[in-house]
Amino acid sequence: MPSNLKFWQGNMAIAHGGIAAGCRFFGGYPITPSSEIAEVMAEELPKLNGRFIQMEDEIAGIAATIGASIAGYKAMTATSGPGFSLKQENLGLAYMAEIPIVVIDVMRGGPSTGLPTRVSQQDVMQARWGTHGDHGTIAYSPSSVQECYELTIEAFNMAERFRQPVLVMSDEVIGHMREKVVVPQPGSYPILDRKKPKVSPEEFIPYLADPEDDIPPMASFGDGYRWHVTGLTHNDWGFPTNEPEEIGKKHLRLVRKVDRFRDDIVKYDLEQTEDAEILVFSYGCVARSAVRAVREARAKGIKVGHFRPITLWPFPDKELIRVGSQVKKVIVPELNCGQMVSEVRIALGAKAEIIPSNLVNGEILRPHEILATIEEVA
Amino acid sequence: MPREEIKPWLRTRFFPHIWCPGCGHGIILHAILRSLVDLGKSREETVIASGIGCSSRMPGYINANTVHTTHGRSLGFATGIKLANPSLTVIDVMGDGDCTAIGGNHFIHACRRNIDITAIVMNNNIYGMTGGQASPTTPVGARATTAPYGAIDTPFDICRLAEGAGASYVARATIAQPVLCEQYIKRGIQKKGFSVVEIMTHCHTQFGRRNKRPNPVDNLNFFKDNSVPKAKAKEMTEEEKKGKIIIGEFVDREAQEYTEAYLKLIERVRG
Repeated sequence: MPSNLKFWQGNMAIAHGGIAAGCRFFGGYPITPSSEIAEVMAEELPKLNGRFIQMEDEIAGIAATIGASIAGYKAMTATSGPGFSLKQENLGLAYMAEIPIVVIDVMRGGPSTGLPTRVSQQDVMQARWGTHGDHGTIAYSPSSVQECYELTIEAFNMAERFRQPVLVMSDEVIGHMREKVVVPQPGSYPILDRKKPKVSPEEFIPYLADPEDDIPPMASFGDGYRWHVTGLTHNDWGFPTNEPEEIGKKHLRLVRKVDRFRDDIVKYDLEQTEDAEILVFSYGCVARSAVRAVREARAKGIKVGHFRPITLWPFPDKELIRVGSQVKKVIVPELNCGQMVSEVRIALGAKAEIIPSNLVNGEILRPHEILATIEEVA
Repeated sequence: MPREEIKPWLRTRFFPHIWCPGCGHGIILHAILRSLVDLGKSREETVIASGIGCSSRMPGYINANTVHTTHGRSLGFATGIKLANPSLTVIDVMGDGDCTAIGGNHFIHACRRNIDITAIVMNNNIYGMTGGQASPTTPVGARATTAPYGAIDTPFDICRLAEGAGASYVARATIAQPVLCEQYIKRGIQKKGFSVVEIMTHCHTQFGRRNKRPNPVDNLNFFKDNSVPKAKAKEMTEEEKKGKIIIGEFVDREAQEYTEAYLKLIERVRG
């Protein structure tokens, strides 16, 4: 087997993708079904002069990850539902203080301890709104082990570019499935690094954003600059403020810095949508079954296509509206009681009938089940 | 008045500070800054972390690399910073609620890991910022807004907690002994390993008002009258020690420090 071909689990591909992106710090805590990511990092990072630390809980896992990023590292943590809940508070701090990190959520059934070893897609709204307060969200949904690798690199690039947390919303099926991965040659894909200050330490205003991209250059602790990091709403100096003008400026920039560049971030994938009258919208592991169902339905002469959001957030609404302009019915299969379907409704609900198709028994949706739904509505 | 040498360490841009007139936290801030100056630390290589509370606002006023995090979680952040860049001097300033209630788990694990961070715990026996609620160090019988009939739960002894959990250096002083505070902070910073310096301070606004020590001077006198050096405490009965504050150094030991252990691991793995 050529050395760039791997037979990896999704979780392994995420770990190796992180390393390829330049991740050299992992702070984590064991949780099924994500633990393999931490295990690969524990083994690989010391070989690369990186740092792995198993912390005392999920909260400290993300705290250490943010700390390492402040000290100049590309850093990541990984978890699943209950741990994702615990990380929300510090995730908010990273949004507010604009600290780039990557957080992996390998989704399992919830609420609470739920189904540790069974798949779900129940955290996709938590990804958007889990921590309190407004902020732009960037979240990817891999559908294959190959994508686990590539989207983790992309997640790091976007975290570094936008100076904020970026999420990879994997799931138990993708995380534990083994597939062929073609590891791209280093140098064949872009690697982005955070903007560093160009001014001297004396002139450095830590949260003064460049007007062209709304992103302030970021110094690292220890590189000669001195600055203050806080979760309190702050002014350009990074100092807590109660001035309405300063509050509004900071708050709106947190949202705008992602909104402005959503076209650069949004990714999606289409399957036979050109003449489709029925559209299936699905993501993650469900999209694998759905694409097969669409192909089988096409073989039976049904005009059906598939839309797969690769970024769940920002939601590809413009793209969905464009693709769905001729569509009469949209089937939205999800492993939850209907979460992303709300976004589909906002985008297409006025023009097309939206048909949720939900499974929440810990099983995956199989191609024949989705095919049956397509045939039913055709 | 502050010494001239510490002035560059103050972010006067961020003044006025939020502390009440007469608050004990200023004495501790001054002791920390004197320690850093005397030890020849540079502002660029010094990190001050904190969580949430009145005492946790301290890093904002220090002209170094400062990080004001979430309630109780600062040691997690500080651990990430220190492991990422072990050459930095990392100090974590905390209050009693931040350290021993919401942050209790992080505190004992930082002690266990013996990572080279100096935790300075400003213990005023109360949640001051939120309006005087009982904390895990509120003495039995003391009044707080959430213990209007007197606290009934047994308080933590922060130094014994740190000792049991594995810290390398543990000491306690009160703000009535500022020279001792400075001495212990210096030893804590110099110690390779996790250090805990507990400094008893007061919140006359929220604790003192409800517990017959409404003025800063009442509290300073309380600390002066009730501080007992460790050696003297050894000769006292349990009954005599009740209500007293035992001051001194309780732990000063050599143990494998975490970041050193990790760098050795890297060397071993890389061959």
